[in-house]
Amino acid sequence: MGMNNADVWLVVPLYNEASVIGGVVRESRSVFPKVVCVDDGSSDDSAATAERSGAVVVRHPVNLGQGAALQTGFDYALSDPEMRYVVTFDADGQHRVSDVEVMLARIRRGDVQVVFGSRFLDRSGQASTAGILKKVVLRSAVAYTNLTTGTRLTDAHNGLRVLERSVVLRLQVTQNRMAHASEIVSQIGSMRLDGRAVAIAEEPVHILYTDYSRAKGQSLWNAVNILAELIWR
Amino acid sequence: MRQLVVQLLLIAGTLIIAWRLLMSYGQKAQAVRRMGLLMFAAFAIWSILDPRIWTRLAQLVGIGRGADLILYGLVVAFFGFVVTTFRRFRELENRYTQLARRLALDEAGTPAGPQDVDPPAPRPLPTTSVPPQLPPSLPPSFSPASPAERPPATDQGALPVTPIVKAADAD
Repeated sequence: MGMNNADVWLVVPLYNEASVIGGVVRESRSVFPKVVCVDDGSSDDSAATAERSGAVVVRHPVNLGQGAALQTGFDYALSDPEMRYVVTFDADGQHRVSDVEVMLARIRRGDVQVVFGSRFLDRSGQASTAGILKKVVLRSAVAYTNLTTGTRLTDAHNGLRVLERSVVLRLQVTQNRMAHASEIVSQIGSMRLDGRAVAIAEEPVHILYTDYSRAKGQSLWNAVNILAELIWR
Repeated sequence: MRQLVVQLLLIAGTLIIAWRLLMSYGQKAQAVRRMGLLMFAAFAIWSILDPRIWTRLAQLVGIGRGADLILYGLVVAFFGFVVTTFRRFRELENRYTQLARRLALDEAGTPAGPQDVDPPAPRPLPTTSVPPQLPPSLPPSFSPASPAERPPATDQGALPVTPIVKAADAD
């Protein structure tokens, strides 16, 4: 096990990314053979493209939201008894497979059960390319999440995470839309494994902000929505 | 000044009562809500027959006009409506998500391991933290069956007769 990553499932929430998902799946599968794309009711060719590229595709009959897609992916991965680790990975090509390899190497050392990717630990300083307004939004989201969950993270809204099976088993994402990132952090923060808190590590990840992902990315208005969903859950 | 204090107390009291009523579950809360609705109807008829009752009531609690009292009442009722509707929708969305997820996972099958071991039993979908309110019209034998307890489908593929579950009472 281990070396061929047969104990790893990449969970990719997929919604209308037909133009990029093929490349994302092929590239990921060169390192991680097990990729499950949860198609969230895409109206384009996303699901078929992902399937042709070698991913398992679980299809939501209707659009439910990214949080719901993640939970469906977790449930699917849990049905594989070989699975030890789940990686959450975005479909739009903004994550690097090499970052996942580093994060997996970290969790395989066995002293942590969760590894979060963080844009703000990236030594190349590319987080600054995200734009001042967006940085303010992301930083406030981190501050709010840390305040309400008792965790100490530098980047709570990163789509790149590596979770050990025991953690995935206990996660129950109910925030269907954007607030799921904070919800995951919050549930992990209050989770107990054999009476002990979950050990968390962060690894720097480099986000590939392309024009494509920037056009799709979270706008400032979305930050307001996230806040509202968090308060009125 | 004195009027303001009375108003604040009144509003706080109404909010607490409304909150307790709206945030509680179960038969008792539902019964209280229904009785409240009946009393409201009775009072509406009374106020049609004697429109000055609102003004007298308002002056009793230190508010000048009956119309103002009605306005305060409406504001409280409206916020209560917003809160319950929001909660109802969340609950509905939760169930709907679980249904869609079950469908999606069943359709996808289970991952085929290299050594093709027995497929693991599907993980039962966890129930929401909110206990589902079963309408009293259901037969006592009815319980939300876990996947393992589902009745087998008839071989003709005919749909089994299921009790019609009416939506949670919207009162």
